[in-house]
Amino acid sequence: MTAPILPSILPEIILVVAATALVAVDLVSRRRANNATLAGIAVIGLLLSALAVYFNLNGQSPRPVLGMLAVDGFASFLMITVLLGMVLVVLYSIEYLKPYAEHRSEFYAFLLAVSLAILIAVSANDLLMVYLGMEFVSITSYILVGFLRKDKRSNEAAIKYFLYGAVASAVMLYGFSMLYGITGSTNLSAIADALTGQTLAGGMRWLSFTSVVLMIVGFGFKTSLVPFHQWAPDTYEGAPSPITGFLSTASKVAGFALMVRVLLVALPRFALDWLTVLAGVSMITMTLGNLVALRQGNIKRLLAYSSIAQAGYILMGLVCIPQEQFHLLALQAFTFNGINGILLYLFGYVFTNLGLFAVVIAIENQTGKTEIKEYAGLVQRSPWLAALLLIFLLSLTGIPPTLGFWGKYFVFGAAVQVRFFVLLIVAVINSAIAAGYYLNIVRYAFFMPAEDESRIHISPSLRVVLAITTVMVLGLGILPGFLIDWASRSAEFLTQF
Amino acid sequence: MASLNEWILSLLVFIPLFAAIVVLFIPRENERLIKLSSIAVSLVPLALSIYLMANYFTAHLPNGGGMQYEVKLAWIPQLDSYYHLGADGLSVPLLFLTALLSTLGLYYSSFTIKKRVKEFFFLFLLLEMGMMGVFVALDYILFYVFWEIGLVPMYFLIGIWGQPKDRPRYAAIKFFIYTLIGSVAMLLAILAVYFQVGTFDILEAARLQPFAGQIGIASLVFWGFMLAFMIKVPSFPFHTWLPDAHTAAPTAGSVILAGVLLKLGAYGIIRIVLPTFPEAFSQWSMVIVALGVIGIVYGAFICISQSDLKRLIAYSSVSHMGYVMLGVGAAGAGIAKIAEPGMADSMAMAINGAVLQMFNHGIITGGLFFLVGVIYERAHTRDLSMFGGLSAKIPGYYAIMMVVAFASLGLPGLAGFWAEFFTFRGAFDIVAVWAAIGVIGIVATAGYILYRIIQSVFLGEYDPHKIEHWTDMRTGQEGHEPTDLAGFEKLTLWPLVILIFVLGIYPTPLVHFFNQAAQTIINAL
Repeated sequence: MTAPILPSILPEIILVVAATALVAVDLVSRRRANNATLAGIAVIGLLLSALAVYFNLNGQSPRPVLGMLAVDGFASFLMITVLLGMVLVVLYSIEYLKPYAEHRSEFYAFLLAVSLAILIAVSANDLLMVYLGMEFVSITSYILVGFLRKDKRSNEAAIKYFLYGAVASAVMLYGFSMLYGITGSTNLSAIADALTGQTLAGGMRWLSFTSVVLMIVGFGFKTSLVPFHQWAPDTYEGAPSPITGFLSTASKVAGFALMVRVLLVALPRFALDWLTVLAGVSMITMTLGNLVALRQGNIKRLLAYSSIAQAGYILMGLVCIPQEQFHLLALQAFTFNGINGILLYLFGYVFTNLGLFAVVIAIENQTGKTEIKEYAGLVQRSPWLAALLLIFLLSLTGIPPTLGFWGKYFVFGAAVQVRFFVLLIVAVINSAIAAGYYLNIVRYAFFMPAEDESRIHISPSLRVVLAITTVMVLGLGILPGFLIDWASRSAEFLTQF
Repeated sequence: MASLNEWILSLLVFIPLFAAIVVLFIPRENERLIKLSSIAVSLVPLALSIYLMANYFTAHLPNGGGMQYEVKLAWIPQLDSYYHLGADGLSVPLLFLTALLSTLGLYYSSFTIKKRVKEFFFLFLLLEMGMMGVFVALDYILFYVFWEIGLVPMYFLIGIWGQPKDRPRYAAIKFFIYTLIGSVAMLLAILAVYFQVGTFDILEAARLQPFAGQIGIASLVFWGFMLAFMIKVPSFPFHTWLPDAHTAAPTAGSVILAGVLLKLGAYGIIRIVLPTFPEAFSQWSMVIVALGVIGIVYGAFICISQSDLKRLIAYSSVSHMGYVMLGVGAAGAGIAKIAEPGMADSMAMAINGAVLQMFNHGIITGGLFFLVGVIYERAHTRDLSMFGGLSAKIPGYYAIMMVVAFASLGLPGLAGFWAEFFTFRGAFDIVAVWAAIGVIGIVATAGYILYRIIQSVFLGEYDPHKIEHWTDMRTGQEGHEPTDLAGFEKLTLWPLVILIFVLGIYPTPLVHFFNQAAQTIINAL
């Protein structure tokens, strides 16, 4: 299958061009380039790239690019999700970057670079590319987190993120090397082929188990699974708010994409190993994330723990993939196959969370604070903002008719299908705990009297973000048919067993 | 009229939503317009529901009833889930109840709600939409969506408009989390049914009898549904959210909570659980009966010891909804012996009693909560020890309270009697011992109604020093003497009083509705 390479990587090329253009425009303009111009270039680049993904790749048969990238439906679903999400992050940044005229163009350029990195990561089909994609995402993220060079918290956040990230990726690389030792290949499909029909005995069995666990450490870091989550709260709190929005959404998408693809495509033989490990990780992640979130007073920290807990739910989809005696079954045969649940959940989570961060940023821009008690009486200060806050929180809780419900619905469905009762009970209890702290924010916003009654000004770019996310969360929540269809078709690309 | 009949259920559901959206776009300062428009628009579903009753009664009941006015449109084809609505003898009267109490609630609130008027009316209308939707949805996912839509507005009604001393925020979150746990359990049960029968259609699923013969897994799914419905009913031991929620909620919120929201649970049991899982229901029916009877007796005795009038009526709901559980539980216990002569009739009788109790409890307890609101607006306290001798001061109020309270007690000639009569008549044939224990609850009910409500509020000496300030609801002035019902209060209460009399003297048409629905369910078992 020799597809022309260029069209397949057109989205990536567009992003590179746009990023270069950003820096160039800033260099050639006599004074510093206009903020809106820069943001405009970034948005156009991202949208063009998304269009290229849509027209070029969507629904097509997988196109291997030099064996390194698998540009298939699964990747393009996540690419479009991430690119649209990054558009929203760019829109956030316009207002946020006003005081930082000097480094604006770099900031936008790095946002495009990290998008490029995620595009590569979600389609990586070779252990080398997996590692490179992951590192590319990480390194650009470190820089963005530490963007506020004079702010101590931002620096602390970046260092913490970097140290954790460096260790995690080294550990993961070790796991890769073991896998290479067992199979003699780095291509994911080739690894799967090498493993079929072999019986791994004694030491090899242990080696394979160790390598699976080590890889999960790496993926777990990116997706903030417990116990590899400790960086998340500090980093989320210290990073510039638009970047926190990015870290909790697009960056997570990359981590999940890598994990799902590596485990499903390369290691179906070791399903027993990773299903067992991940089942435990999933339950611990959601429980710990939710319990700690209950005690948070800062909204960014709260959302950090909430996003840890949400990662636990998302992982349910992978844990409850259809299998018989740990022998994976073809996904096509199942309406609720776990993987489409993951895709739907990620899609819903990205737009819900980005909408929520738009509310957080709007309030932060006005008050300069991110404490939950600043939300007291929000409904009097800005009824619309309060209403949108409510919608996004309900979506995170999983109350219909919001987008967040459908993701939950599909991962829960997968769990019911495989009759994983323990996981279900844990998930039900966690839903109730999560409602506790999500509604705590609602309580402040709607029930408490406002201390400061001044209206909250929402900048035009944030208005756009809020409008887009609300329409998606409610619109696709009421009529999810198209999205479900798309996610299910995309998920089926991963079936090779 | 054919096209109206086709769309009437959709109109019932979406007109309140339309009204809510209209309210959203009226400036918040223009309270008069907000109140007027929401009351005016809410009259439309009320009129439609009356038409629906008449139409069903004349056109469909003589021909065997059944599911009518069905609409089935593709909604999420990927999941085989449809926008599927329909109504039968069970849901038609409940739709009327919902529309009636919503309109009365809106009307009453337009005089008593003083703060954040726009939000109140918006949420109230949204709530009406959710409740209507549950009563007409015939698709599991749709049912679930409407079920959850009702949850959020009620949470706000309790939390925002509750009296600060009743801990409204605590009550609101407790209500929300209890209901949420139940509904997530129901969601899982719905999914389990789907994997078994491959459809989200409620009627179709019941026909296919999922998990027949697999009592273990069937019980699990059965309890998934029952957890959701029993929390909502609320059945002992899941009732603890109710007194808090009721006490804290504003008057109209309590009315809707007691009048309609509790019925959603009982409706779910009769519409979904009984027809779909007869085996499991039969297996566990004694547990349901026992919990129902415990609820009846325990709730009634707790009432006697209450000192807060509103809390007392909240606990009386626990007791009265116990009759509903007893009725459906008894019907379930009859499934195993359905072949015995007369058994099917007793089962129908028990279900009739349960459903009649749902409807009557809606009217009666709705009325009682309005009455509590009336006295609270005047005296600003609900402490029973502060009242006494009010019969001479406010005879109009006394008269209406007598009627409604005696109806609640089950006095023959008033609406409440028939429900208790049918329930116990049916239950005695099937679960005689438990029914006999349940009778203790009736006696205790007489106790708290007569002793706590009538005697301590209305009889005895009036002591002017106990409550110094009374608000006159006609003028809004403070005075030293209680004043009788204002015009809007009479207008709110009279429809309920009339219904209590009419249904007490001539319940036949209503029984006709329910009986046909009950027969249909039992014939399908």
